[in-house]
Amino acid sequence: MEAINHLPFIVASYAAAVVVVGVLIAWVAIDFRAQRRALAELEMRGFARRSAAARSDTTLAQAKEQA
Amino acid sequence: MSLTDLANPSRFLKFANRVLPWLGGVTVIAFAIGLNQAMGAPDDYQQGATVKIMYLHVPSAWLGMLAWGVMSIAALGTLVWRHPLADVAAKSAAPLGAAFTLLCLVTGALWGRPEWGTYWVWDARLTSELVLFLLYLGVIALWRTVEDPSRAARAAAILTLVGAVDLPIIKFSVDWWNTLHQGESVFRFGGSTIYPTILVPLLVMAVAFTLLFVTLQIAAMRNEILRRRVRTLRLMQAQAAS
Repeated sequence: MEAINHLPFIVASYAAAVVVVGVLIAWVAIDFRAQRRALAELEMRGFARRSAAARSDTTLAQAKEQA
Repeated sequence: MSLTDLANPSRFLKFANRVLPWLGGVTVIAFAIGLNQAMGAPDDYQQGATVKIMYLHVPSAWLGMLAWGVMSIAALGTLVWRHPLADVAAKSAAPLGAAFTLLCLVTGALWGRPEWGTYWVWDARLTSELVLFLLYLGVIALWRTVEDPSRAARAAAILTLVGAVDLPIIKFSVDWWNTLHQGESVFRFGGSTIYPTILVPLLVMAVAFTLLFVTLQIAAMRNEILRRRVRTLRLMQAQAAS
């Protein structure tokens, strides 16, 4: 009888947990996709981080030397 | 790979990409075991079936405090060692800590109504927990207000270290003041007062929630590192255009 009386509070608690955890997982997943897409777009336009650019410059110089 | 190797953002990204699928899988398994045990656990002789709310309330309360502890250590890393990953860790932990503290407050209110006859009382434990939630909102607002990440990191680090005072207040509030909230029952001198049939599912759920926090923290740190790379490249793009 007690369980039936308090069931709405238990269900509401677990529903709140599902919502909070679901929002956190969705936030992290959506943010990851957005950042990865933005990074890919910038790199396609020719903007790369200094370390990445330096690596590609070195590779280019090595290729020229070998040629 | 040592911990100091992970301190490099590029290495951290590789590490995150490798461990996140495994951590996610282990977290799901831990929750499956924890929820199965929690649903099968007997009712408490005083609380009845509402003890099932404790399997959410207690771990989320611990994680709310753990996240602020992580932020406090990271704040020292920002202010003392000026470590590049320290403010990334602090910024990533803030929304997670806020979410778990909110869950603690909500589930506590939903437990309080049938057990105490009220959703809320201004007792020391509840009020100090609410203060922690407001501190989280303050830190998140600070991160969003200051555009330069390094300046925002220093300001947020100071607020985090000041706010760390709230952690011992939350922990010992039930000892220092006469509160409606019950005293310590899990980690206390003389052992836990909770019977093993309820304590074991509670600890398994705590492990599951902690794994969830670690997984989300690593994923959020990966996002923050990528966000900073995007910001740097956009600044380069703007400079090239001008």
